[in-house]
Amino acid sequence: MSQVMLEETQKTAVDPSAASGPWRDAWRRLWRHKSAIAGALIILLFILLAVLAPVITSHPWDGKDLYNRLKPPSSENWLGTDGLGRDLFTRLIYGARISLFVGFFAVMGSMVVGSLMGILAGYYGRWVDMLISRIFDIMLAFPSILLAIAIVAILGPSLENAILAIAIVNIPTFGRLVRSTVLSIKEEDYIMAARAQGMKDARIIFHHILPNSTAPIIVQASLGIATAILEAAALGFLGLGAQPPQPEWGTMLAESKDYIQKAPWTVVFPGLCIMLTVLGFNLMGDGLRDALDPKMKQ
Amino acid sequence: MNQAQELLKVNHLKKYYPVRGGVISTTQAYVKAVDDVSFSVRKGETLGLVGESGCGKSTTGRSILRLVEPTEGEVLFDGVDVTRLSKENLRKLRRDMQMIFQDPYASLNPRHTVEKILSEPLKVHGVSSRKERQERVEKMLEVVGLNRSHAKRYPHEFSGGQRQRIGIARALMLNPKLIVADEPVSALDVSIQSQVLNLLQDLQEQFQLTYLFIAHDLSVVRHISDRIGVMYLGRIIELADRDELFENPMHPYTQALLSAVPVADPDFKREQIILQGDVPSPANPPGGCAFHTRCPHVMDICKEARPDFKDEGNEHFVSCHLYNR
Repeated sequence: MSQVMLEETQKTAVDPSAASGPWRDAWRRLWRHKSAIAGALIILLFILLAVLAPVITSHPWDGKDLYNRLKPPSSENWLGTDGLGRDLFTRLIYGARISLFVGFFAVMGSMVVGSLMGILAGYYGRWVDMLISRIFDIMLAFPSILLAIAIVAILGPSLENAILAIAIVNIPTFGRLVRSTVLSIKEEDYIMAARAQGMKDARIIFHHILPNSTAPIIVQASLGIATAILEAAALGFLGLGAQPPQPEWGTMLAESKDYIQKAPWTVVFPGLCIMLTVLGFNLMGDGLRDALDPKMKQ
Repeated sequence: MNQAQELLKVNHLKKYYPVRGGVISTTQAYVKAVDDVSFSVRKGETLGLVGESGCGKSTTGRSILRLVEPTEGEVLFDGVDVTRLSKENLRKLRRDMQMIFQDPYASLNPRHTVEKILSEPLKVHGVSSRKERQERVEKMLEVVGLNRSHAKRYPHEFSGGQRQRIGIARALMLNPKLIVADEPVSALDVSIQSQVLNLLQDLQEQFQLTYLFIAHDLSVVRHISDRIGVMYLGRIIELADRDELFENPMHPYTQALLSAVPVADPDFKREQIILQGDVPSPANPPGGCAFHTRCPHVMDICKEARPDFKDEGNEHFVSCHLYNR
């Protein structure tokens, strides 16, 4: 009897279809996370709108029509028109392209630079760490939006410079995160084992330390996109980011703020778009954190 | 035994950790984790290092492999001083000296499959053919008592004993001459311990390995070692042949240690030597003989002079004033 049971357990233990990597477990947890799914759906909706914009709407995004200024939502203009008679819905979905673009590339930039700096600081320690950490401290001493304004003021206002500014401002966030992760991982026995086998630093960093510190980086990236979109909108609102007539949400808010009494839809809908995308990325980020957090594992 | 066949010779090895403190973080003191340790390991033998936790045995093992930088002393491996090698030369020498770790749960990268874990040392040391690497991985898995179907799996799918076998396989992949085994069985169940110990012994025979076996469990060390060194507060206080050490322990600390080993006989009445007090802090070790604060046979000279580590005949080395007559 017990012999049979033993064989049974051995069979299941060797069954290759029951394969499970650490990533697979995380996927499974993410799928069960309701708010992460909700966040992902919101993000997916905006991505679809952005990609399919020319198919969804027949209006051009800068089609002025001064006879149809500030029209309320109707079957012709789903979300109404703005102060220059442009279709608001069209401008919003083209604006999604800009915001997602900004969010993605700004975060990519700060993630790559910040992670590299963080790895150098964490792995080599001593004066390298001292130097890099002090740079981060100085950058974090400024309110991030103020620093971004300063950078854009130097470079000149444009969407590209706004992306650059946001990327720079967010470097320390990633840098510190990665530094602390590397500090804890490099004390692991398997890192010492890697050194004992005679691996070079580059191999240890890129094959052993980095793959084990991806989880917090991914979470931070998701949350960072939300921040980046918000900061881009703020810069746009201040006239330092995307320039009119580009349909950037923050810029649209600035253009329409005088009509908030007369035509509230011109302000409400861009605001809602910003809120929804930011919410989507935040929900997604929180879900990812729960799914990837090693402390949750048994 | 033949003296010329020394694979590893450690001379006056020291590892001091600075203790920083104060307003401008100056070095206030040193923790003397390893304090002037000398011994040698002969080709093909197993040298056991025992001592209670914190006595510096793991640090000794790691300093020999330069996984921690030794403060002073030399480590001659096959005649080459490891402590003076350049980073690149050391990297190349590492294929000859490998390590087995204590914790099989922490020493394997959780993101890598067993195949990747085992083939990586080959890759690093220039086995470029993917096929050859794969063949050697499969062969080694069978050598350590696993099978080739395990190659595609991740460490968390294995039990502690199986993981330790993977750790052993990894150490063996490069055909090393010396293996430093840092408490390789103390994290395992007692029933698994003997399996792994037997595996280590079989492998030693098969591959002519030399072991530096670090442990705190005297019965484990007795089982596997040819010679045994006893450490106390960063120093080796006694070193002798296994049987000689167990039958004729000379140092009072060794005597106390051996009297604490359980005997599988309920009627056996032993005279256990109970030591007074705790191990002093290695940051502030007692002067003279480090053991004098707890020694039942303490003399005046023990508080002043550090005893020499001398051969008392039959290659039984001991560091105690009782025998310095």
